[in-house]
Amino acid sequence: MSVLNIFLQQLVNGLVLGSFYALVALGYTMIFGVVKLLNFAHGDIYMVGGFIGFLVLSVIAPIVGPGWTGVAVSMVVAMIAVGFLGVVIQRVAYQPMLNAPRLSILITALAVSLVLQNSVLTLTHGQYQPMGADLGFGDINLGMLFVSYNQMILVGTAAALMIGLELFVSRTQYGRAMRAISIDKDMCRLMGINVTAVIAVTFFIGSALATAAGTMAGAYYGSIWYFMGFLIGIKAFTAAVIGGIGSIPGAMLGGLILGLLESFGTQIPGIGSEWKDVFSFAVLILMLVLKPTGLLGKSEQERM
Amino acid sequence: MAQTRSNAFNNIIAQFNEPWKRYIAFAVIIALLLMAPISLGPYATVILTNALLYVVLALGLNVAVGYAGLLDLGYAAFFAVGAYTVGILTNTFGLNFWLTLPIAVGAAAVAGIIIGTPTLQLRSDYLAIVTLGFGEIVRFSARNLDITGGASGISGIEQPWLFGWHINTPFEFYYVFLLLAIIAVVVSVRLQHSRLGRAWLYVRHDEDAAEAMGIDTVRIKLAAYVIGAIFGSVAGVFFAVNLGAISPESFSFQQSVLILMAVILGGMGKIPGVILGAFIVVLAPELLRDLGEYRLLLFAVGLLLVMLFRPNGIWSVKGK
Repeated sequence: MSVLNIFLQQLVNGLVLGSFYALVALGYTMIFGVVKLLNFAHGDIYMVGGFIGFLVLSVIAPIVGPGWTGVAVSMVVAMIAVGFLGVVIQRVAYQPMLNAPRLSILITALAVSLVLQNSVLTLTHGQYQPMGADLGFGDINLGMLFVSYNQMILVGTAAALMIGLELFVSRTQYGRAMRAISIDKDMCRLMGINVTAVIAVTFFIGSALATAAGTMAGAYYGSIWYFMGFLIGIKAFTAAVIGGIGSIPGAMLGGLILGLLESFGTQIPGIGSEWKDVFSFAVLILMLVLKPTGLLGKSEQERM
Repeated sequence: MAQTRSNAFNNIIAQFNEPWKRYIAFAVIIALLLMAPISLGPYATVILTNALLYVVLALGLNVAVGYAGLLDLGYAAFFAVGAYTVGILTNTFGLNFWLTLPIAVGAAAVAGIIIGTPTLQLRSDYLAIVTLGFGEIVRFSARNLDITGGASGISGIEQPWLFGWHINTPFEFYYVFLLLAIIAVVVSVRLQHSRLGRAWLYVRHDEDAAEAMGIDTVRIKLAAYVIGAIFGSVAGVFFAVNLGAISPESFSFQQSVLILMAVILGGMGKIPGVILGAFIVVLAPELLRDLGEYRLLLFAVGLLLVMLFRPNGIWSVKGK
């Protein structure tokens, strides 16, 4: 394998990884933009999404087969279901806390994360669960590198979801309201915007995107377990910070950058794959120290 | 109905607002704890030792979370720093245990400064996630480095000698941890009523006003973070010599969460509340043994309910 080969192969790996990070990071950033809440439970939403996707898949697999069709259908069903779960969580846990001190909201978010994690832990007894998807192994030979169909479908789906989100936020009335609320919530209320409804829509979309990532990751890597949302939660947050928290294009960019950094980082001599996660945390801390507003973010005053 | 019960409970807690009642209660509790191992036997002694360890850890985390309002999600990292410092220095380098104690304190302080200085200037919720990342970095490093013994950790850590007395039975360690817990309580009380403690209170309630009054908010937050780190490190030192073996999994995110639950369930910022929380976290699984793997779920739901319905913790007085 030549250096160029390795480079291109890692580029593909980085894009796949980056798509997952970007999808989860989008939820972080959108929810942060609208309610200024760092939703610790977001990684666990991704995990729950994976499990709901698995449940749906195991029901429909006998009918449509365990290939991409089955995964796509279960992904969509899971996105809707977990989207509503996100709205319920917001109503039950976060709504009463919106005017509480910041520390209380953070702890509540942590509590939600722990409830989700431990519910699944209890249900699955902490075991890895095979996803049961059968995606095949076909790939395309591009001369220098092999790109599997699975990787293309994955990145393509992620890209389609992100384009859809971008259109939603820039073209629809809800999207406009979302952007307005992130600037000044109280003023929006005075202007007759139904802030509560927009917040609910934001949680729905954020949770649905994380679920898309969770289902696809489960299908792609083969298994799911109750703790899989923990690391990706931190990493997606890192991605959101790299791009500038609150910025939707920033989350996409940050996700891809982090995915590429990780896949190339593991090629640096001395940083093996066992240091991959440490590498991401170091990136997070450096980013926060050097440029806390991120690449595309605006500087913002802390809420009083 | 629930309201009346909650009022009755508040009244009981309010009783302790009078200093002399508090001193009597404190003396009774100490006396009971001194006699506990004799009357309860070895198994209960080990459990109580664990509870006292959590009292020290929770009081340490309380300095950061309860006093200064900084959410630290990687507190187990400092616990690990202390444990690994003593493990490496006594095992690999053959240093005397009592010499490793100040080194562990120094190491925790340095770690606290390195991680705190850049992040404490940022939004308060960034600190939470950075400390979480830091906790994982420490655990990953412990698992991947050779000097920390990799995934199997360090074993055969020698138990300390004090003037010819070898501290090596569970009963002796119980009293060591009781002493540590009492020191932790006294230091916490003194801190709370110090100039620094008042500055923390001010910053917690209104950071901008505190800054306007000339308080160097970053520096006093850093002080809270570092003092908390030192508590954790000292607890880690004695944890390591008590067990004689340590491994990375003792310092996981779940460990940080468990300590944080002790602080919040009981009532952050209030010393009796934090002690109560530590005992709940350790004793509840023992008393509710049948629950098995529901244990953590129960804690998680409890944490959520406390945040929603009794945000100041179990040990709180309305209107105070």
